[in-house]
Amino acid sequence: MTYEELLRQIVDEDERVVVMTAENRAAIRNLPSQIGRKFIDTGITEMTLVGASAGMALRGRIPVVHALASFLTMRAFEFIRTDIGIPGLPVKLVGAFPGFLSDGNGPTHQSLEDVSIMRGIPNVNVWCPADEADMLIGFKTVLEHPQPFYIRYNNMKPVVEHSTNFEIGKAEIISTGKDVTILTYGFCFSECYKSLNLFTERGVSAGLVNLRTLKPVDFQTILEVTSNSKLIVTVEDHFKKGGLFSVLAECLLEHGQSANVLPISFDEKWFKPATLPDVLEYEGYTAEKLTKKIVNKLNGN
Amino acid sequence: MNKQDIEILTSTAFKVRQHIINMSTGGGCFIGASLSCADLIVYLYKKFLNVTPDNLADPKRDYFLLSKGHDVPALYGTLAEIGIISAERLKYHLKTNDNIYWHPNTNIPGVEFHSGSLGHLLSVAIGIAMDCKLSEQSNKVLVVLGDGELNEGSIWEAALVASAKELDNLIVVVDRNKFQANVQTEDLIPLESIEDKFKAFGWFALTCNGHDFEDMHSTFSSLKSGLRKPALIVADTIRGKGLPSIEARADRWFVNFTPEEIEMLHKELKGEAGAELTSETIIAR
Repeated sequence: MTYEELLRQIVDEDERVVVMTAENRAAIRNLPSQIGRKFIDTGITEMTLVGASAGMALRGRIPVVHALASFLTMRAFEFIRTDIGIPGLPVKLVGAFPGFLSDGNGPTHQSLEDVSIMRGIPNVNVWCPADEADMLIGFKTVLEHPQPFYIRYNNMKPVVEHSTNFEIGKAEIISTGKDVTILTYGFCFSECYKSLNLFTERGVSAGLVNLRTLKPVDFQTILEVTSNSKLIVTVEDHFKKGGLFSVLAECLLEHGQSANVLPISFDEKWFKPATLPDVLEYEGYTAEKLTKKIVNKLNGN
Repeated sequence: MNKQDIEILTSTAFKVRQHIINMSTGGGCFIGASLSCADLIVYLYKKFLNVTPDNLADPKRDYFLLSKGHDVPALYGTLAEIGIISAERLKYHLKTNDNIYWHPNTNIPGVEFHSGSLGHLLSVAIGIAMDCKLSEQSNKVLVVLGDGELNEGSIWEAALVASAKELDNLIVVVDRNKFQANVQTEDLIPLESIEDKFKAFGWFALTCNGHDFEDMHSTFSSLKSGLRKPALIVADTIRGKGLPSIEARADRWFVNFTPEEIEMLHKELKGEAGAELTSETIIAR
């Protein structure tokens, strides 16, 4: 099943659900002919899109709202904060091509702050599925949640079979490691997963946690793995400030803990636009390069 | 509309203006914008919109959205006069034991959606109007915009969308009092002709005198459904209408009068004596 097929099924089953877009149809190209008037395209108008989704939600609808992650979260930021966030309307905001998935587009399209700014809005929750399978597992739960959600859309093919036990605020623990635990979310998950074998080859005991929702975040799991690993690594296609590294710092500080942390993120810079594999290679986010960086850190280099 | 209707509307608008004056002290309010749309809001609730104290949760009610939030004292006053809220609550203007503050909020029954940030509620209204059509209901969705608010780009984005979606259940009323916060609109960002601009965007557009109940009634009554176009009505108004000492004055945008000045303004409203206002004027936003 694809995201589009799931959405169609949900629209058929639940009369409250409407699909809206600011002419971002990549993931939902076939829906107009399938769901008719439940498909609403407002054109390239992110502000109107979000405001109108609030109006529809006031009438009892659950709008699933699509636009490119950068423009949805930034062009329409105040509309999200004011029209969706303040009343806590159950709008589901789907940001397309987030982070690395904007590959060759350049910095205008690189939503490397979406997690930060969306989680900063009271009432707005944030879910970053690791891949298409992870997204399909969690989608209905997130859709039915009574509050707004920002969803970092991710249709990449999975490299692992995910746990179907999806709970908002609960991480998926792939493995535990005494030497290092990697905390990650979204697109970066797959390369982190591929790195696990490379750690084993090097005799390093490595754990991996797919956080799934960044808000609410699974602070219990974070605290547990932090006290059980010598090194914690946060891997994200996001700015260092406000993303997972900040979530971890907030979590540790609130609970009076500290940790040896290696943040892998973008600090005051955007990434080099290129094809996706080249971006990962250039920026050091392939499994091999991540492993090397982390082993170096473990070895005190 | 007969003579008695006009008398009732006139006396209700008078009482609403008294409420507005009473909210112009103890912290103050945006009096000029409130007075300019008082007649309009009274007319809409009493003669045009299907909104009553008993149908506020009915999905088939009409929707009224006040996008230019500064003028909320006119809405609070009207809601009190038509019995949706108790007039007693207005005494709690700016008090922490209620939510009668400078912008509309949904803690007040009858307020469909909060505003304060300009340029939002036309988009929200579009969503409501689209859903009314999707639900095959014939509600009217009416939004009041300020003329200064038309500076916002989101208005024009939304105007395109409303036209594209053929929302003939959507009515925008512009309170054309010719002032924005500090200056006259035509001196900062000229807006004329508002009608022509909306017509060019595919809207049906009319103008009426926003202080003349008969003219408002004939204009609003002339709106027809099934035109497959959203409607714009420019309500030509005077900022501060009803109080000559503050009418059409840029420096009486926001006011916080003394109790003595409030007394004088009540007399001025009745036409008994002009008010001599000495409170500081505020001209900077």
